[in-house]
Amino acid sequence: MSDPLLKVRDLKIGATVYPPGEKPHDIEIVHGVSFDLAPGKVLGLIGESGAGKSTIGLASMAYGRGGVKITGGEVWVNGRDILKSPLKDIRNLRGAEVTYVSQSAAASFNPAKKIMDQVVEAAVEQKKFGRKEAEERARTLFSKLGLPDPNNIGERYPHQVSGGQLQRCMTALALCPEPDLVVFDEPTTALDVTTQIDVLMAIKEAIRDTGVAALYITHDLAVVAQVSDDIMVLRMGDMVEYGHTDQIINHPKEDYTKALVSVRSIEHEEKQPTPEPVLSVQNITARYKGLNFDVLKNVTVDLHPGQTLAVVGESGSGKSTLARVITGLLPPSDGQIDFAGRTLSRDLAGRTREDLRELQMIYQMADVAMNPRQTVGTIIGRPLEFYFNIRGSEKRKRIIELLDEIELGEKFIDRYPAELSGGQKQRVCIARSLAAKPKMIICDEVTSALDPLVADGILKLLLDLQKIEDVAYLFITHDLATVRAISDSIAVMYQGKVQRYGSKSEVLSPPFDDYTDLLLSSVPEMKLGWLEEVVAHRKMESAGN
Amino acid sequence: MHPVVKLVAQRLVLSTLLLLAASVLIFAGTTILPGDVAQSILGQSATPESLANLREELGMNDPAVTRYFNWLFAALQGDLGTALTNGRDIAESVGQRLSNTLFLAFWAAIISVPLAILLGLVAVRYKDRWPDKLISAVTLASISIPEFLIGYLLMFFLAVQLGWFPSIAMINDDMGLLQKLQSIALPVMVLTLVVLAHMMRMTRAAILNVMQSAYVETAELKGLSGFQVIYRHAFPNAIAPIVNVVMINLAYLVVGVVVIEVVFVYPGMGQYLVDHVSKRDVPVVQACGLIFAAVYIFLNMIADIVSILANPRLRHPK
Repeated sequence: MSDPLLKVRDLKIGATVYPPGEKPHDIEIVHGVSFDLAPGKVLGLIGESGAGKSTIGLASMAYGRGGVKITGGEVWVNGRDILKSPLKDIRNLRGAEVTYVSQSAAASFNPAKKIMDQVVEAAVEQKKFGRKEAEERARTLFSKLGLPDPNNIGERYPHQVSGGQLQRCMTALALCPEPDLVVFDEPTTALDVTTQIDVLMAIKEAIRDTGVAALYITHDLAVVAQVSDDIMVLRMGDMVEYGHTDQIINHPKEDYTKALVSVRSIEHEEKQPTPEPVLSVQNITARYKGLNFDVLKNVTVDLHPGQTLAVVGESGSGKSTLARVITGLLPPSDGQIDFAGRTLSRDLAGRTREDLRELQMIYQMADVAMNPRQTVGTIIGRPLEFYFNIRGSEKRKRIIELLDEIELGEKFIDRYPAELSGGQKQRVCIARSLAAKPKMIICDEVTSALDPLVADGILKLLLDLQKIEDVAYLFITHDLATVRAISDSIAVMYQGKVQRYGSKSEVLSPPFDDYTDLLLSSVPEMKLGWLEEVVAHRKMESAGN
Repeated sequence: MHPVVKLVAQRLVLSTLLLLAASVLIFAGTTILPGDVAQSILGQSATPESLANLREELGMNDPAVTRYFNWLFAALQGDLGTALTNGRDIAESVGQRLSNTLFLAFWAAIISVPLAILLGLVAVRYKDRWPDKLISAVTLASISIPEFLIGYLLMFFLAVQLGWFPSIAMINDDMGLLQKLQSIALPVMVLTLVVLAHMMRMTRAAILNVMQSAYVETAELKGLSGFQVIYRHAFPNAIAPIVNVVMINLAYLVVGVVVIEVVFVYPGMGQYLVDHVSKRDVPVVQACGLIFAAVYIFLNMIADIVSILANPRLRHPK
């Protein structure tokens, strides 16, 4: 066997933390991880947030983000321990032998410079290629990665291309200096599923064609199964399991890996529509001030009491705008909204307090939806005071009941949001909306920012609460697995229109329209070779047409 | 229409409106001042008849609105009126003074702006290490000492003790450029020390803010050196806030140099204004106020326009 390109031995990484109310101190976030990566191979690093996977990826370039420091171990690249190398040698390695693709290309491209200047910069600066030669390589890569107009796209600025295109440009940036190793750090996480599949395939082919080795970091096991030869499962800075992709996906040994593989095991029986919907959205058309096109076009959907309507679509489909119209934040230009047997005022100012109480909302980013200077008790207690004028010991009793309902309990009442985990924060937001005893809650991407296992817990909680409180959910999401798990009816949105609408079983059964078919078939499956199958299938179909 | 053209046109219109508003304030402010110009010209012994005649002559019996528009239209045609105290044409006296003030401000800016930005870049590169701390300490100390004190200190050491520069900054048209520069060396030094800290701190803060961005990390991971990362990737995105603070300081160099001009007996606008305020020479005060307002508004408009041009999203729309 040839010498490994990357050899990591007993890698230990530390960071300084600043917990509220305590002195800053150092903690260890990666506790001695070892692995090998042979030339031309792909190793998937997988784990939830806080597992240390990005930190390990950056350590292969001897880089620590923020206050992160590599405290021990060895990182050998091409036969030398880079942790013992002087800074000058490390700089010569970065951007030449090892390159990096980040999660958000939109943030990782300098907004003030042309794409081409940034793509060739490392190759030219590290004297791998001359400027002309590097630009030629970049154009070849643009074309290989399936970018439109590969000869001229480099002349654009980052804001002039779409997110999926920019992510491919970032891959071109990483491949341009002809590196031996590329670190891909969640390169498709921020993309829509239909875009993800193209970028994923482009990355996979680029890896295969250039023979470069890769560390592929992601929280999505189904994605990593498509591109990697080996997988290492990480949790809280420890290695859980390390093996061939086939073994990890099909025969996981550790319980944690099994949980990751079988995530989304929620079963939810579809309910039949009732005669009288709680919310009836009729022919809503809306546009934002200053835009010259309608963001919502003639949208009509119903939501029945105690049921869940999933509104699914990609970014820009208008699903969040629909929530803004229903809550009154954006008055529609046409159409009517009936809620609980009455017609709602178009704008927020015309709504009664009862309207506000019965229609609550939970947001994607739980931490910015709470006042960081208020305790959990104050946050949950506020709607009790505001809507019901409940105060004193009665209020406290009710807050504790709500905390029990969201499975947190009384001990959380005096905590601040900063002392809660992401999942706990979202639970507090759920309790706050339940405190108003609403008929309906709009859930806007409430699990998107959470790790899969935590998100699962939130979904289970929401379903349990629906049974107890008989509350209806309008569930906005881009994640089809979530839709399957919780919905009774589904509205698929595309470019401001309702593309497909009906009960869950109707919407998810063939025959499909083209867009729904594309959307459904783009969701990565936990199956080896799935990516190739889908792409081959699509090629055949387009050839047939 | 290209959005940049539209935005720039907007700034131009807004600046003009702002200048008009400022002219109203200046006129109103000088009109409601207590005291009577005619009285102060003729002195305590004036007879009621001569006072009435002079008021008539000065147009002071017209309504304020009429007087304002007369003054404004005259000013627009370059006629700032005549000084009450010496009867000379204000535009003429101001012209020489203003060019002196601009000369001083120009050289102070030429030295202080690049120096401040360079020091800011160095401070970012060596953040929290000794060069950063030294730069911060020296510039903050120089901004904390009153400018007249710095002026007298420099005068004492460099002019009186060492005799390198003249202690009084006299210039006239007969002097060559080098002579003039030697003459204004001390006030330029004082002004540089006064404005340096503000611009340098802002440069440092603006770039450090950008240094948190993901694209700076990308640049570091390309193996670029510290300075390359700062000037290629961080600085171009920090231009807008830096230009704003630079322009405020340039405006200060023009309109805020009263103290320095008095200390060095420099024949600029500041001294001229102070002289005539004490003599209650209203037309001169109005003229100076209008010019100062115009300089301030003009420089801030330039800052706005540069910020607009520095934004690639506006320069290159989708």
